[in-house]
Amino acid sequence: MDKSNFSDPFETERLGKGYGKMDDQGEEVTMVLGHKDVRRCAHNHKTFQSGAAPGRIVIPSEEKIRETRQIPFEVDPPLHADFRAILDPWFKRPLEEEYTARLQSQIQSLVKEVLNRDSLDIVSEFALPLQSRALTLLLNTPLTQAETWISWGTHVFRSKSSALDSDKANILYDYIDKEIDRAIANPTDDLYSVLLASEANGKKLTKEEVKGVIILTFAGGRDTVINAVTNSIAYFAQHPESLERLRKEPEILNNTIEELIRYFSPLTQMGRVTTEDTSVCEHALKADSKISLCWASANRDDKVFDNANEVVIDRKINPHVAFGFGTHNCLGATHARQIMKVLITTLIDEVKSIDIIDYKENIEDLGTFKRKVGFDSLHVKFNS
Amino acid sequence: MAKITFITNDNQTIVAEATTGSVMELAVQNKVKGIDGDCGGVCSCATCHVHVQPEHWEKVGEPSELENDMLEFDDNVSEYSRLCCQVDVSEAVDGIVLKVAR
Repeated sequence: MDKSNFSDPFETERLGKGYGKMDDQGEEVTMVLGHKDVRRCAHNHKTFQSGAAPGRIVIPSEEKIRETRQIPFEVDPPLHADFRAILDPWFKRPLEEEYTARLQSQIQSLVKEVLNRDSLDIVSEFALPLQSRALTLLLNTPLTQAETWISWGTHVFRSKSSALDSDKANILYDYIDKEIDRAIANPTDDLYSVLLASEANGKKLTKEEVKGVIILTFAGGRDTVINAVTNSIAYFAQHPESLERLRKEPEILNNTIEELIRYFSPLTQMGRVTTEDTSVCEHALKADSKISLCWASANRDDKVFDNANEVVIDRKINPHVAFGFGTHNCLGATHARQIMKVLITTLIDEVKSIDIIDYKENIEDLGTFKRKVGFDSLHVKFNS
Repeated sequence: MAKITFITNDNQTIVAEATTGSVMELAVQNKVKGIDGDCGGVCSCATCHVHVQPEHWEKVGEPSELENDMLEFDDNVSEYSRLCCQVDVSEAVDGIVLKVAR
């Protein structure tokens, strides 16, 4: 069996009604499944808002464990635009030469560290440290901070015992509170300090708003990056011919990155809340209902993607929505793409083949839908 | 060799030349403001939206159905809109003028 195969659990419902249903802690969620419908709803932020109660648009809902509004993610236009305007240039820094060089040095040294080890768990010993170290670049904080974040484990909010672990969430929130106080007392050139000195919508950002941006930066880029990295390793282990082809045709690297991100869709879905009575796929919804924009389903829509369930590493036209769509598209996408680029380039240069020794799949339980989103563990050997 | 003129939203004019690649890549290489090309040219981000000068529309041609679907939800769309990652640099587009949408 191909261990890097990720099947599409949404196909039947997408082709039939076009939507699915799931329960989220007692609240019904209508999952929008088709590519066009997902984009239409994402575009229509007036009817399908992000600015509901903090935590509500996340699935599973974080309403009970979080009071801080994540910014700009849980803010709608017009207020959204100004927040985004201060953040966009900062989150484009991964394109700068120095940033890329530091990312390269981090990832190259990590790969060299683990090369030829008899067995290593990609999730906890590779993807997690990679993601944590790279995050120090995005926040522009000292590399030593990564050790603290690694010690938190693979999930910031979620643990094995319960889907929503408030103790773990509090570790993150308390840490961020302390970091903000530290930046107030001794400003540096890190993201905390930059935000504390910034203005949006005519006033200085409050501590609570800065916290909202930082929580988003931590939470949005943790499981997602870990899954993208781990799943890509699984893919190249199972498809050495793709690694070989990239060695010969490096010009298709960008297509490969976008295709892997489409195929894996590390973030399955994101919610919205209706502001008025409306409908999706001819299904009536009352005001204040929760829908989800199911990126993972949209990315397998065969009306848009030929051979949607296959990884086509040189796919030319690839209008995937793995980074969301419209106003709220992923702020961290530039960072994530750069991580993928540096990772795959390093694999091409340093790794001859990858053997999978053992693995445990991470299956999301979405009511009637069970979706493989990544691995709980993936033990491999990198051969040089 | 094709010579392509970009006009940005703040009315800067940038003339760039190339023989291969996409028009988006050419714009990014020449740091044309408003053309980001975030997705690297696979038609998934719409950060390379331009308006073709009407008299040059025939040289550039119609967008594909998938490109049209992307444009449908983009701001500031006109009947001369294209995502320039989907336009190849070639002799055929020599001399065109493109107005950056963002």
